[in-house]
Amino acid sequence: MTPLLSVQGITKFYGHHIGCKDVGFDLYPGEVMGIVGESGSGKSTLLNCMAGHLTPDAGAVVFDTRSDGPKNTVTMSEPERRMLSRTDWAFVHQHARDGLRMGVSAGGNVGERLMAVGERHYCDIRAKATDWLGRVEIDATRVDDRPTTFSGGMQQRLQIARNLVTGPRLVFMDEPTGGLDVSVQARLLDLLRGLVRDMGLSAIIVTHDLAVVRLLADRLMVMKDGHVVEAGLTDQVLDDPQHAYSQLLVSSVLQV
Amino acid sequence: MSDYNFAYLDEQTKRMIRRAILKGLAIPGYQVPFASREMPMPYGWGTGGVQVSAAVMTPDDRFKVIDQGADDTTNAVSIRTFFERTAGVATTTKTSEASVIQTRHRIPEERLSEGQILVYQVPIPEPLQFLEPRESETRKMHSLEEYGLMHVKLYEDISRHGHIATSYDYPVKVEGRYVMDPSPIPKFDNPKLGDMAAIQLFGAGREQRIYALPPYTQVVSLDFEDHPFEASKPDHPCAMCGAENSYLDEVITDDTGGRMFVCSDTDFCEARQAAGNTGTMNGRDAA
Amino acid sequence: MIELKNVSKTFTMHNQSSAVIEVINDVSLSVAAGECVALTGASGAGKSTLMRMIYGNYLTQAGQILIDGADLVQAEPRDVIALRRETLGYVSQFLRVVPRVPTLDVVAEPLRAVGASAETAQARAKELLAKLNIPQRLWALSPTTFSGGEQQRVNIARGFAHPYPAMLLDEPTASLDAANREVVLSLIEEAKARGAAIIGIFHDEAARDRVCDREIDVSQFTPGIAA
Repeated sequence: MTPLLSVQGITKFYGHHIGCKDVGFDLYPGEVMGIVGESGSGKSTLLNCMAGHLTPDAGAVVFDTRSDGPKNTVTMSEPERRMLSRTDWAFVHQHARDGLRMGVSAGGNVGERLMAVGERHYCDIRAKATDWLGRVEIDATRVDDRPTTFSGGMQQRLQIARNLVTGPRLVFMDEPTGGLDVSVQARLLDLLRGLVRDMGLSAIIVTHDLAVVRLLADRLMVMKDGHVVEAGLTDQVLDDPQHAYSQLLVSSVLQV
Repeated sequence: MSDYNFAYLDEQTKRMIRRAILKGLAIPGYQVPFASREMPMPYGWGTGGVQVSAAVMTPDDRFKVIDQGADDTTNAVSIRTFFERTAGVATTTKTSEASVIQTRHRIPEERLSEGQILVYQVPIPEPLQFLEPRESETRKMHSLEEYGLMHVKLYEDISRHGHIATSYDYPVKVEGRYVMDPSPIPKFDNPKLGDMAAIQLFGAGREQRIYALPPYTQVVSLDFEDHPFEASKPDHPCAMCGAENSYLDEVITDDTGGRMFVCSDTDFCEARQAAGNTGTMNGRDAA
Repeated sequence: MIELKNVSKTFTMHNQSSAVIEVINDVSLSVAAGECVALTGASGAGKSTLMRMIYGNYLTQAGQILIDGADLVQAEPRDVIALRRETLGYVSQFLRVVPRVPTLDVVAEPLRAVGASAETAQARAKELLAKLNIPQRLWALSPTTFSGGEQQRVNIARGFAHPYPAMLLDEPTASLDAANREVVLSLIEEAKARGAAIIGIFHDEAARDRVCDREIDVSQFTPGIAA
């Protein structure tokens, strides 16, 4: 079986400072991978290198494209990579405002990716947008409202709808539940789990919230100072951490 | 002869602008940056158009300026006078007699012919700017032909108004490649952009961009399959000349709701009246 | 079906002066299809630790754990995930779910994960919840607010939704009343009858005697206690 994403030796320096060093793993279709670590551990740098927002200093990010099979996205042409990022890839930002067009209606936000891949039938686009609002539990009557009138949780769900409308195969998520209150987080987690299962999505989730990875991720990578210190099954890493730092991380979580 | 260099600008500057124009003609719809000069008029008064006109003008040219279709408004009169004084060229108000026509917000009703040059004054050359303010990003979108965003603007129109309510500044796609802002002409004029015999040049002074359409270029107005582009105008004949197919201005005639619709293209309207056409305001039937 | 060969485990506490604790030493055992084996030994003897190792939840340092021929110790995470989805079921003592998900969906999920339609999975979930005496009015609610006994029964329903060929049961009858205990024991008997290999921990001796074919005393493998 071909991995959907094969990350090989990704290294990124900021001057002399290490962003992340020699990170590698394979992600298979339908798998959800969590990346945890404290602030500054390099997890966001890694995510941005994988998603093409940053160019790594070394390493390859090989994606199994629909048309041509595995291709290194680091060396592929920019138009090709950008096409990938609005068709087969999705990126959910921590702050919904970074991933939404705040001056455009909810329907327009969801429809943008459809129009970007060439859909030109207004009623079809609107129907698909409305359908997706329903899937992320936003009332269809809000289709013409701007995200500025939405709550934080709704904005985050809208961002997810906007990202998933073109049926991507890989979703990058940067702290998707950060900044939301716990009841809204729970609803979002449930939604994400359902979407991952029903659409057969693969996902890479960067977070510092261990509860989130336990519920969403099959596999877990623990990062510290730009290095991966431990990787494995999520419940194994959380319940039987091997590395000193992972043990510290797990034992530092407050019990509710 | 005037004390200015011919057409105000120095020869080096005109040469720089001509290079930008030639590049623009070679890549229809592509915005070419140029080093816009300070002109003796404020930005927004046609500095881009004036620089382009100055660069293409020769002593043998006959120059016409229209503002919203009219030859007799302040802006048109002052730019016409500007070139009379700085270039000493002949001027005219007749569309067919002019070799260079500078325009603000209209395309003349009369079909232009080969050998004529139409110069547009452009306030904002970037059609994507309203939805994507970063210029680094809009340039990339042009170079990669990522134009989904343009349709988002039209989508928003339909969702808010039930139809595409954009009535001027209506975006077009040039030769199936670049999306272009046609300057704030009414969308009624959009169909005239394509397949035109004259050269069309667009100058944006403040934004320092020039772009161009060579003769007989394919220009398509963006739309949706189920909401096709429509060139609309007020559903009236001209009150002065009775024309049915010209773009009309609404003129308020009193403070009790009286109004009339007249051709915005004054030369077109006058020519028709001279040929004996009349409308409700001056015709025998109204008298 | 389930086979352990010379399996050992230590815990290294890096943050507590790097203390190394040997917990399981050189376990070998095997459970055939249709057989139920009980792990016995005093509290702290390592029954749950051993069970978690068999599930892949705890990392095994040495030896082989073969589930249906596949070695769990060497397997890639995705192989372990596939094994858990298709082959190896685990009913823990604690229910861990996404908050706000209805009980019916919690129970139906393992079947949905192996590709069953929503209708099929929900029908099976309803059948199990009814059998385990969870009142129908609770099915649409999240189990996070349920009592301990109710949560335990939801957990069991979830564990038995998909007919796993190998199952691990950690105290399945604890905190259940007699009627529900009876239902759980009959579920175990049904699983055995269809050929499931089962390893269980039962403090309830009567239950153990009824469903288990053999007992294995874990104390013999735990160095701390044996020494």
